Order: sequence, then structure tokens, then C-alpha cells
Amino acid sequence: MLRVGFLYSKIRQDEKLLLEEMRKRNLEIVKIDDKELNLSLEKQDFGIDILLERSVSHSRALYALKFFQSYGIPTVNTFDVATVCGDKAYTSLALENHGILTPKTRVALTEETAIQAMEELGWPCVIKPVTGSWARMCAKLNDKDAAEAVLEHKKVLGEYMHSIFYIQEYIEKPGRDIRAFVVGDETIAAIYRESEHWITNTSRGAIARNCEITEELNEICLKTAEAVGGGVLAMDVFEGKEGLMMNEVNYTMEFKNSVEPTGVDIPKKVIDYVVETARK
Amino acid sequence: MTKCIECEAEISLPAGLEKGEVIDCPECGVELEVVNAEKGELRVAEVEGEDWGQ
Repeated sequence: MLRVGFLYSKIRQDEKLLLEEMRKRNLEIVKIDDKELNLSLEKQDFGIDILLERSVSHSRALYALKFFQSYGIPTVNTFDVATVCGDKAYTSLALENHGILTPKTRVALTEETAIQAMEELGWPCVIKPVTGSWARMCAKLNDKDAAEAVLEHKKVLGEYMHSIFYIQEYIEKPGRDIRAFVVGDETIAAIYRESEHWITNTSRGAIARNCEITEELNEICLKTAEAVGGGVLAMDVFEGKEGLMMNEVNYTMEFKNSVEPTGVDIPKKVIDYVVETARK
Repeated sequence: MTKCIECEAEISLPAGLEKGEVIDCPECGVELEVVNAEKGELRVAEVEGEDWGQ
């Protein structure tokens, strides 16, 4: 019987759906609370054949994945994928290097060069922390006055990561963006996230509706999966004037709001992939 | 039945809870993480970290 390590911080609806799917298949589940990890350099035996990472914390996920891989345990996703997707600057670089259309992006390391980058990109622009999610601390900056205020706040209040200024051109969206789900080499489902607010995360109140997987959407999603290293991924796609643009890629995807509108059994697809990866 | 570790209110745990699930205390609203569902052991859930999310 396949033994699946299930790394978590807390069990949300997404994790319950995955656990339910694994129990249906009689897989042996070893739940591993990331708060209880005490990782040694020498190999630790967790009695598992594969690790499914569902940590809500990026830093815990990253270090746990590194150690589990070092112990010779395959992981979904891999440390390399988490490294690239967990840092927006690394993701943007991977997209650019693979010729994937993405919003114009600059990374500046001082307030002065951040303002310079913003003026070159034009107003409005968007500033985001390189790590973090749910659109936290993302700001749309309409002019230099707003930018200077945000940069000063980041300098005074922020930790060192807040002095890496990740700045993007602002993309006008048609009141929605696309969240697409890729598992292995298949774009399994996609939703529109509709909101009048410029932030279209469902965690911030956007409404999810099914989105047809067109050839164009499938192509950009599969190219992106290849660019970041593949696995189980959720992608944020903009409908730009020049076509679809890839914005961000998430490696511990949340999907509970997308099962119903798409009619796709996302947890089943994820566990299929975990089983297939373990058997390779 | 168990007790909220923050306000000591009596809490009736729903059936089928998993270790690691988070519930709200109906009295004080604090988020409580299930440590052991059978024994009714709870702890105050972690506060959302800056690196949390997908």
C-alpha cells in the first residue's frame, strides 16, 4: 500500500478534500504537522513513499521540501518548484527566460531605484512583496506621491524582504482574471475570478465562474508549467491587449472554490498525480 | 465536550473533526486548532504569518 506523507500547517477545506480522496483509495496517510518537525541532517524515517506538501507557510514548505528530498523521498511539489514559485521575482525571471508573455516587471533594491523603475514603467503601477499571498500588501500606486508614502512605510515597518521592491506595470483587466490549474502535463480546469476591484482573488471576494480552456490558455499554462519545473500548479492569467499574460504561479494551490464552478474533481486529479509520481 | 483554552467556555466538537482543523470558539471567537479530536484537546491556532498563502 502506498504511504503518503501529508505535510500541513492546518487542515482547511482543501486539505480535507485531499485527505478524503486518499482515504477513498485506501492510501496510507501519514499526517505531518509542520509545527512538529525537527529535521536532522542525517536521514529520518517517516515511513512514507512520497510527500504531498500542503503547508500554508512558504518558509516551512521550502525547508521541509529540501530535507525530505535530501532523505530521498519524492515530493509534490519539488523544492526547486517551490523556490521558483514562492518568490515572484524568480517566477517572473523564469517566465521571461522561457519567452512567456508576462507583465513588465522590475526589481529594485533601494527606494531611489524603486521610484526610478516606477517612473519608467509608468503610473499606475503595482508593488508587491516577493513572497506572500492572498494579495496581501499589494498596492496599486497611482502617482509618485503614493509611491513615496508606500516605500517609506515599507522601509520603516518592513522586514528585510520588504526592501526588495517588486514592481509591475498595471494591467487593465476586463473585471476579471483567470485562475488555471495544471497537474502534470494537463490543464485540468480554469475559472474566471470576477471582481470590480483591481484585486481579483477569491479570498478577497471575487466570484468564481467556469472558464473554458482554450488552445491559447492551455498553451501558456503548459509552457509555464515547464518553465517553473512542473507538478501541481495554480496560475494567475491576465487577458491583456496583446493576448494572455502569465502573472503568478502558486505551488500549494487552493482549489476548494473551483471544484463546483468547473465540475472538475480537482482533488482526484491531484492524488492521481501523487500516486503516479510515487510509482515512477 | 471540551473547554476553550482562552475563555473556558464549554465547546461541543462536531463529529469527524481532523487533527489540525481549526474551529472558532462560539463564546470568545478565538481560533482553536484541534490537537486530538477524540480527547477534545485544543490549542490556540497560529496567527497568520507573512509568508502564508498560496
